[in-house]
Amino acid sequence: MRNTHIDLMTAVMSGRCEDLGSLFRFSGKKLLMLAMALLMLMLLAVPAAAEGEAASLVEDPDYYARFQGQNITLSVYNWGEYIADGSDGESIDVNGLFEEVSGIKVLYNTFATNEELYAKLKSGGAGYDVIVPSDYMVARMIGEKMLAPLDRDNIPNIRHLDEQYVYTDFDPEGAYSVPYTWGTVGIIYNTQYVDAEEVTTWDILWNERYMGDILMFSNPRDCVSIALKRLGYSMNTTDEKEIREAFETLKDQKALVQAYVMDEIYDKMEGEEAALAPYYAGDAITMMDENPNLAFSVPEEGTNRFIDSLCIPVASKQKGAAEAYINFLCEPEISLGNIDYIGYSTPSLAAMELMDEETSNDPVRYPPQEILDKTEAFIYLPAETNQLLDRLWTELLSNDQQFSRWTIPVFLLVAILFSIGLNLYRSFKKKRGNVS
Amino acid sequence: MKSKYSALPYYVWMALFTIAPLILVLVFAFTDNNGAFTIENISQVGEYTNVLVRSVWLAAVATVICLLIAYPLAYIMSRLGPSKQRTMVMLIMLPMWMNFLLRTYAWMTILENNGLLNRFFGLFGVGPFDMINTQGAVVLGMVYNYLPFMILPLYTIMVKIDNRVIEAAQDLGASPLKVASSVVLPLSVPGISTGITMVFVPAVSTFIISRMLGGGGNLLIGDLIDLQFLGNAYNPHLGSAISLVLMVIILLCMSVMNQFGEEEEREGMLI
Repeated sequence: MRNTHIDLMTAVMSGRCEDLGSLFRFSGKKLLMLAMALLMLMLLAVPAAAEGEAASLVEDPDYYARFQGQNITLSVYNWGEYIADGSDGESIDVNGLFEEVSGIKVLYNTFATNEELYAKLKSGGAGYDVIVPSDYMVARMIGEKMLAPLDRDNIPNIRHLDEQYVYTDFDPEGAYSVPYTWGTVGIIYNTQYVDAEEVTTWDILWNERYMGDILMFSNPRDCVSIALKRLGYSMNTTDEKEIREAFETLKDQKALVQAYVMDEIYDKMEGEEAALAPYYAGDAITMMDENPNLAFSVPEEGTNRFIDSLCIPVASKQKGAAEAYINFLCEPEISLGNIDYIGYSTPSLAAMELMDEETSNDPVRYPPQEILDKTEAFIYLPAETNQLLDRLWTELLSNDQQFSRWTIPVFLLVAILFSIGLNLYRSFKKKRGNVS
Repeated sequence: MKSKYSALPYYVWMALFTIAPLILVLVFAFTDNNGAFTIENISQVGEYTNVLVRSVWLAAVATVICLLIAYPLAYIMSRLGPSKQRTMVMLIMLPMWMNFLLRTYAWMTILENNGLLNRFFGLFGVGPFDMINTQGAVVLGMVYNYLPFMILPLYTIMVKIDNRVIEAAQDLGASPLKVASSVVLPLSVPGISTGITMVFVPAVSTFIISRMLGGGGNLLIGDLIDLQFLGNAYNPHLGSAISLVLMVIILLCMSVMNQFGEEEEREGMLI
C-alpha cells in the first residue's frame, strides 16, 4: 500500500526495457553486447563485503554462529522496498549480512498491502517464516490464531526497543509481535499555496478555499479515520451512528476533493497538481526530498500511528531461525543502517542514539511526545463494521447517480425477452418464406 | 482416434483453468462464510446498481467510439499496398508493446491541470480545462488502450473483401454510400462483432483506468470486485457474486448483439 510506488516505477522501467529489446531486434549481437556491458556495470556496482564485517556489526556473534552449517533456509515476506539491500551502493545489505553471520539462507519476497498478505496466508500453501503485518492486521491474525507466540528469551535485543512500541493496544503483552518500523499520518502540503499556520487541524481538508486542490486516501479505513478524528471520535469506533456521521461529512467534502489516491499522490504532490493531502510521514519525506516546496504537519486533534511488526506464522517450521532473524533486525547497528534506507521511524532507542542529531530531532520522523500521546493505533474491527465501512465507502464514491436496485434485473429480463422475440420473429419469417 | 488423444492436454487445461474456476466462483457466490447456501450475496449486489450501470454505460460509450474510429481506418488500411499495410499494422501494434500501466500513467500526466495539454492551451491564454478525474477521461483511457483490439479484427476481415466485388457494385451504378452500406458493411459484420466483444469485455471490467484517470471518484465494477478481495472487509463471497452478475450481463449483451450480427449477415448474403 505504501510502497507500491516503487513497484510502479520498476514496471515503468521494464516497459522501457521491452522497447529496447524491440529496437535491437534485428541485431542480436548488439543486444548481447549491451546485456554484457550492463552485467559488468552491475558487478562493479556491488560493493565487495569486507571479510568479518557482519560479525563486527552484531553484539553477540556466537548467538548466530550456532546455526552455521545446518543448511537452513528462511522465508521472509515483507513490504516492497522495506529493507536495506545495498542496491544503492550506500546502504548495508541486511539479508546478506545475516546470511554471512548465521549461515542461514534467506528467501525474500514482497507484498503490497496487508490484505494481500492476509489473503496469501489464509489460502495456505505459502510457507513463510517471518512476516511484517501492520498493527490492525497483527490483531486480526492473533484473533484468528495465525501467529506463533514468540520465545522472548531467544530475542534478547528486544531490550533495545522503546516499550511504547513493544506493548501496544493490538498486542498488549508483546507476545506475538516485535515492532519493525512506525510512523504517523499527517498532512503534506505545498507551502506556496497553503498557509502553514492553517495546517494544524484536519478542518483544512474541508476548507472551501482549497476546492479542487485536496487529495484524500483511496481506502475506507484511512479516509474515515480522519473524518472521525475531526469529529472527536475514536478511529476504532464500532458505533454505527458515529461512522455514518463521519461519512456524511466525507460526502460534504467530496466536492472539494480533486481525487482519491494512494500511490498516485507522489506524482500529484511533487508535480504541484494538488496543494494538500493526508499521507504517511515516511512517504512525505520522500516527496519533500523531490520538491522543496512541500512540508508536513500533524494536526492537533490527533492522528493515526501505524506500527509494522515482525511476526512468525504458526505454520513456520524454522521458528528458532526466524527468531534469530528478528533478533538480527533489532541489532542497533543493523536497525540504524536499515531505517536510514527505509526512511520511516525506528522503534529502537539504541539505534536513535547512534543516529546523527539532525535525523533523531526531525519532527516529521520523530514527533515530540505530546503529539504521540494523542495518536491512536488501528485495532482490528469486527467483520460487520468492516462491511459497513466498505458499503458506505462505495456509496460515497458513487453517490452522484441514483438508480433503483431493480434496474439490473429489469435490464436482464428485457434483454432475454428481446432475444427470444428476435428468434421467434426470425423463425416466423423463415416459415413464411418457405410457404411462398 | 489419434486426434482425440492429442487434444487431451487441452481438455485438461480447460477443465483445470476454465471450468474449475467458474465452478468455484459459482460456489463462492452462493455460500456464506460458514459454507451454507445463501442468496444473500446476490441480492446484496443490487445495492451496487449505480456502479454496475455506470460501468456498462462507460464501456458501451467507449466501444461505440472505438468502432467509429476503427471502421474507416480499417477499411482504408485494407485498400493500401502490401508494404504500407505492414507498416500500418506495425504502427498500431507498437503502443501495445509498452506496459498497459505505463500508458495509462502517461495519460494522467497529459490530462492533469498542470499537465501537457493544459500547459499547451495556456500558451494561447485559454483553460485550464478540467480533464482529469472525469468520466470523459475514463472513456478516453478505455478508447486509447483498447482501440487496437477493434482495429485488428476489422482489418483482418476487410482484407478478405475482394476489390472486384466493390468494383462490380460501382459498375452497376452504386453510389459510394450504397457500396459501403450494401457491400462492405454486411461483409465485415463478423469483424465488427469480434471487435465489439474484444473492446467491451475488458472495458467493462477494468479498474486501473478508473483509478488513475477517474480520480477514484468514478468507481467501476472492477474497483468494486477489487475492493472485496484486497480491501478492508475481505469478502470473497460478495466479490464472486458481483463477478457472476457481471458475467451474466456481459453474456446477455454479447448474445443479443450476435443475433443482430447474424441477421445482418443473412441479409447481406441474400443481396
